[in-house]
Amino acid sequence: MTTRLEVQKTYKIFIGGQFPRTESGRFYPLKNKKGEAIANICLSSRKDFRNAVVAARGAFGGWSARVAFNRSQILYRIAEMLEGRKEQFISELVLQGSTEKAAQEEVALSVDRLVYYAGWCDKYQAVFSSVNPVASSHFNFSITEPTGIVAIIASEESSLLGLVTAIAPVISGGNVCIVLASESKPLCAVTFAEVLNTSDLPGGVVNILTGKSDELHTHFSSHMDVNAVTYYRQNKAEIKLIKENASLNVKRIFIYDKLDITTDKAQSPYMIIDNQEIKTTWHPIENIGSAKAGY
Amino acid sequence: MSKKQENKLDFKTDWAYAPAPEDTKHIALQKQYDLFIDGKFVKPNSKKYFDTINPATEQKISEIAEADEKDVDTAVKAARKAFNKWSAISAKERGKYIYRIARLMQERAREFAIIETMDGGKSIRESRDIDVPLAANHFFYNAGWADKLEYAFPNRNPQPLGVAGQIIPWNFPLLMAAWKIAPALAAGNTVVLKPAETTSLTSLKLAELIRDSGLPDGVVNIVTGAGKTGAALVNHPDINKVAFTGSTDVGKMIQKAIAGTDKKLTLELGGKAANIIFEDAPIDQAVEGIVNGIFFNQGHVCCAGSRLFVQESVADIVIRKLKDRMETLIVGDPMDKNTDIGAINSKEQLLKIQEYIKIGKNEGADFYQSSCSIPGKGFFCRPTLFLNSSQSHRVVQEEIFGPVLTVQTFRTIEEVIEKANNIAYGLSAGVWTDKGSKIFNLSSKMRAGVVWANTYNKFDPASPFGGYKESGFGREGGLHGLMPYLKF
Repeated sequence: MTTRLEVQKTYKIFIGGQFPRTESGRFYPLKNKKGEAIANICLSSRKDFRNAVVAARGAFGGWSARVAFNRSQILYRIAEMLEGRKEQFISELVLQGSTEKAAQEEVALSVDRLVYYAGWCDKYQAVFSSVNPVASSHFNFSITEPTGIVAIIASEESSLLGLVTAIAPVISGGNVCIVLASESKPLCAVTFAEVLNTSDLPGGVVNILTGKSDELHTHFSSHMDVNAVTYYRQNKAEIKLIKENASLNVKRIFIYDKLDITTDKAQSPYMIIDNQEIKTTWHPIENIGSAKAGY
Repeated sequence: MSKKQENKLDFKTDWAYAPAPEDTKHIALQKQYDLFIDGKFVKPNSKKYFDTINPATEQKISEIAEADEKDVDTAVKAARKAFNKWSAISAKERGKYIYRIARLMQERAREFAIIETMDGGKSIRESRDIDVPLAANHFFYNAGWADKLEYAFPNRNPQPLGVAGQIIPWNFPLLMAAWKIAPALAAGNTVVLKPAETTSLTSLKLAELIRDSGLPDGVVNIVTGAGKTGAALVNHPDINKVAFTGSTDVGKMIQKAIAGTDKKLTLELGGKAANIIFEDAPIDQAVEGIVNGIFFNQGHVCCAGSRLFVQESVADIVIRKLKDRMETLIVGDPMDKNTDIGAINSKEQLLKIQEYIKIGKNEGADFYQSSCSIPGKGFFCRPTLFLNSSQSHRVVQEEIFGPVLTVQTFRTIEEVIEKANNIAYGLSAGVWTDKGSKIFNLSSKMRAGVVWANTYNKFDPASPFGGYKESGFGREGGLHGLMPYLKF
């Protein structure tokens, strides 16, 4: 009997619903605890990020215009797909150094978190919008609207749960994103992209890059077509630079450097609201431009 | 065409108004104003004072203390000390203090309106009917929130942030002060506020009123000065929150300056709003809306409807009616109750507007001004149009902050959405049409924080205000306006 040679997976990045290699041609080797090579991971470049922003901007109009109920079903579908492939994720987490038990817990929590946000897709609007009783003859209401493109630097410590925690509130609110996955634990990120790609999520809504935060955080925060940056790591110098660069085009910045993503505190409609704008609309009630008009 | 010619309005006869000046005798103004710190007026450490003038007469009204770094530090320390006490007062009592400020302002409304007009140049009609009543209403509205915050933010226990450093612009001096101070106090914070250097007076009158209200010392501190004073406040290590209303350029500088800190930030910055007139709009009302959109407060309005988009099929009639309406606008003495457009706030601002008018002419747009007379003294600008301007013009892309309107035409709804949103700003927008579904389509596609449909430039304490994109973030007013002053 001849032994069958295992077919290994090429880990690539995820941009616009496709799996290209980094345009830079650069990679970094990922090793297991014993120091053996597991995979070559794309070392994404500024150009990859810029391509991802173009893909994200193209996807924003369609995704934000989807009815919320449809977004809810798609997020639930992502949870279904993840559940169905949990063995693969568990084995990748173990390969990256997790214990079997911790890996099982992480995958379960990730699925449940997706279900949690699937439910919020068509509910946070009702909680955070308002009808405002103005002191004039106008109907006035404020609603939530997604901010746009959110660039995310996800947790370094948590491979899958960190990614889900960062992405789910952003896309449930109709935003699109580019996410930098954990550098030391990137395998799940690429596999999660495969889950997204089979969940009816339109291409470009989520784009996933692998690589180094110290190379990319400058570009994430200085790109003029990015509307917001969310940061889940603890590097104070990077936080400062991201906030400084944000001033170039008045980006919204959210820093979750102290968040314990394994608890329920790491999931909340307030994290959806981070990347929501409040739009207020006025309309006269009767007497349009009435006798009391300004001029 | 010939028929329109026949109906052309004659503005030469019967359009004169007799002067109706507001009496300014009974207001009390001092020759010199000090800083308001820890419940008292104190001399500035800098020992420096600067003049504040009436932009309609160029005459000096009073002189104002210039706060230096040390003065700002004293104010922040007073606010920090007061914070412990203020946040420990029961929320119900906190609310009652704020109600009291609202009532005192209503009682002294006339005085505030006159001083606002003297110091800032806006017409007395606007300061009397809009600025001052709205300012009082902001206190009254927010007062009621003080003991109800847990209802505003479900599943959270909202807590104040601490000391808020607030910097406000010169276009709505008292209203901006109220709009900043009221929600901050309702949420349990203490405040150091810096008014704009050309319009400090009503903030200092507000300080008198706050002193008289019995509000605990140090809860509200007012430090006057220019950019340097503002920078000292923003960079002070012991403030927890910065709230800024002003230009996008300065907003960006502030965002950068506090990058290395945990200070929370609200920015309400510039705008360049599209005001969109569809062919099925009620044209006469729309013309009123255009005028109110751009000439309200001399165009010194961050949410001014400064880019007019008219559907091609009605462009001729809209522009003819707009020009006719502009002929009737009275530019002149802000203290006259008939005046529609008062004085430009400062010489510096007038020069900036004139520079943009020059730029617009050079860019090739068709320049038009109403034929009204303007006073020989003081800073005034006639209502101005740039017809046939195009998307790439600087006068279309940049905020002028004066009575200058650019006019573009469009054919399809897709075209106007594209043009309206193709700008770095996103503060406000206007839409005029009689068709409800079109309003909802347009208002949901405008990337702007406030959309006025079949109306323009309406404000209310219950209504959240603030921008998308480079017009800033955070909201002021309404339930949403409390959020930037709380932690959860």
